[in-house]
Amino acid sequence: MTAALHTQDLGKRYRGRWALRGCTLTVPPGRVAGLVGPNGAGKSTLLQLAVGLLRPSAGTVEVLGGPPAHDPEQLARVGYVAQDTPVYAALSVREHLRFGAWLNPRWDNELAGRRIAQLDLDPGQRAGKLSGGQRAQLALTLALAKRPGLLILDEPVASLDPLARREFLRHLMEAVAEHEVSVLLSSHLVTDLERVCDYLIVLAAGHVQVTGEVEQLLATHHRLTGPRRDPAAMPGGQQVIEASHTDRQSTLIVRSEGPIHDPAWTVGQLSLEDVVLAYMSQANCAGQASRSGLEAVR
Amino acid sequence: MIRFTLRQFRAPAATAYAAMAVIAIVLAVTGPRLAHYYDAHVVGCQAAGNCNAVTETFLGFYHAVQASLGPVLLVLPALIGIFWGAPLLAHELETGTFRLAWTQSLTRNRWLAVKMGVGGLAAMAAAGLLSLMVTWWFSPLDRWNGNRFTPAMFGERGIVPIGYAAFAFAFGVVGGLLIRRTVPAMAATLVAYLAARLGMTYLVRPHLMTPLRVTTAVLLGGKNGAAPASASTLNPQDWVLASNTINAAGHVIGQDGTITVNGTQGIMFATGPGGVSLAGVGRCPNIPAGTVPGRDPHSSSLLQACITRLGIRQELVYQPISRYWAFQGLELAIFLAAALALAGICFWWVRRRLT
Amino acid sequence: MIEFHLDSRSGVAPYLQLIQQVRHALRLGLLREGDQLPTVKDAVARLAINPNTVLKAYRELEYEGLAAARPGVGTFVTRTLSDASLPAHGPLRQDLRRWLARARQAGLDDESIEALFMSTFRAAAGEDVA
Repeated sequence: MTAALHTQDLGKRYRGRWALRGCTLTVPPGRVAGLVGPNGAGKSTLLQLAVGLLRPSAGTVEVLGGPPAHDPEQLARVGYVAQDTPVYAALSVREHLRFGAWLNPRWDNELAGRRIAQLDLDPGQRAGKLSGGQRAQLALTLALAKRPGLLILDEPVASLDPLARREFLRHLMEAVAEHEVSVLLSSHLVTDLERVCDYLIVLAAGHVQVTGEVEQLLATHHRLTGPRRDPAAMPGGQQVIEASHTDRQSTLIVRSEGPIHDPAWTVGQLSLEDVVLAYMSQANCAGQASRSGLEAVR
Repeated sequence: MIRFTLRQFRAPAATAYAAMAVIAIVLAVTGPRLAHYYDAHVVGCQAAGNCNAVTETFLGFYHAVQASLGPVLLVLPALIGIFWGAPLLAHELETGTFRLAWTQSLTRNRWLAVKMGVGGLAAMAAAGLLSLMVTWWFSPLDRWNGNRFTPAMFGERGIVPIGYAAFAFAFGVVGGLLIRRTVPAMAATLVAYLAARLGMTYLVRPHLMTPLRVTTAVLLGGKNGAAPASASTLNPQDWVLASNTINAAGHVIGQDGTITVNGTQGIMFATGPGGVSLAGVGRCPNIPAGTVPGRDPHSSSLLQACITRLGIRQELVYQPISRYWAFQGLELAIFLAAALALAGICFWWVRRRLT
Repeated sequence: MIEFHLDSRSGVAPYLQLIQQVRHALRLGLLREGDQLPTVKDAVARLAINPNTVLKAYRELEYEGLAAARPGVGTFVTRTLSDASLPAHGPLRQDLRRWLARARQAGLDDESIEALFMSTFRAAAGEDVA
């Protein structure tokens, strides 16, 4: 099947500084994929490249098998909600739906109307007067009603209060259940993504740190606590992502395909947030120091 | 996209066309009366012998309308550029809505083409319509004044305002695109419009077609001893670019029928043994020192003969009124070409550079 | 029809929690043979979780033979887990209520009651094994 998103060595440079570099990943279709990373990691850049708002400085990117924004047909297949959910402040909610209908051949007006009613939005209200949560929901409606195959959302809940956040994700998941659309959404909060994502991409310092199915990641990453040990001395199949030591004890976060047999270790389960933080701190150290120390010998 | 652009364009277009409707009503009510007065009284005033009184009334007819609507075509293109052109793209870039527009199912090219097309056509239509109304209303006065080819009036009549409007709009759009902020783009558009209009009027337009030249005699009389030859060889509506005093070799030695020597105007006499010499030009013997032209008829006629003998003539450089519409067409074409070039820059920038 | 809930801090995978809740409801008789489980859409709307999670739970239940999916209609219970002990639930519940009332009268707070119950329960379970 065609991947929802496929990049090969993708990079983007702004005035000499690489915001994204060497990004190679393949997001399978039918997933809700989460793109997580600290601010400035390049998440927004990656998503804008996927949607055709930016042109790559290096490498290639393909969405649903075709180059982004290549022609109206390709544009119709991808729905997008930009950061801060821009809307036309002077236009009413109803006029935004008309905007969608005029500019999209596959517009589903019934779906759009139903969602607006469900959300209790006043169709005659000017979009500039909506709350942040309502604006996000309007933007999501516009993106969903064009019946895309892939929905790309750039930090859609970042500036929303917890209730609005939950509402937004709730409606998003309902739409996924109803319409079989692949989703790629970014956030700098893992807790947002934990409930809804089944595929994860960790981005830090402009590079992809790890990607994979969430279940797979949780099954293969473990926390090991035990007597103090040099991370470089770990066996080959176990890759140390993060290590911290006291004078007598070591706590390691490792990635291992197979089970851990060494009885000296207490093996603990990790939450998705733990895994993400481990990779993000690894990226941090790798950026600050030379590429040694924390990475295990394979 | 066309329908959406019209919706976005609703407010600015409505204001403009409402204002035009008001202007149209005012002109429709007052115009026929003005024309009627001209036909009934001014045309035949020579025969009736009351020209002074009649023309005074005529020139003051609907004075308020004249004063307020005269400059309207001067101002309209600037307003179009500032309020229609500058916000067109700048607003979308400022608020981020371009990210919404460019991820619908239409390409950037089509989006831009429709936005610029609708706005540009509306701008040209507004300018054309307004110019038609104003030119019609002012035609009796213009016929009397005969000044439609002058720098002051040329840009406020006829078809050139259409070109000005297109240019100002296009420049506004490009300014908004490059500057990305509405208010600075408005300022830049105003400056560019003024520069373009002034530059065209004073630097380019005189040379759009090679001007004609005609030479006449310098006749004494009046201030500084000479008066410009009556422009009886020229149509009063011709646009006189320069009136030069030339010597026998054809070099310009002064303006408007006077001789300028060392920067000072007026026919300079120097007294000396040989009689009067026209400083820097030649000598006029047989004319006693102390002669002041215009005072003494005899010495004046001697001086006149001398001037003629020295070959001092007056040359008029001008564009004949028969070329008026050719000039209108040329200037319109130039501004439209500039507008198209600016539009091309817009497309190139949006496609290649705004990423 | 039952309603799902999620404990995000329990450390148990969401799909496992859903399975547990279905089995629990079956045991208590809240779900009977032929009852419809919440649709994927409703479950997702209530919990704001990935639909695949619900689908996975339902597939697991199908695999265990507890439920069956009818395409276009929903997922239905095919077998119950309640056993013959169900009739005993009523009187046992009443006994428990009385015991709780006595515990409160004796001055025990919630934590003490729970600790008392859990330690006795575990000790008894240990004795059973031994």
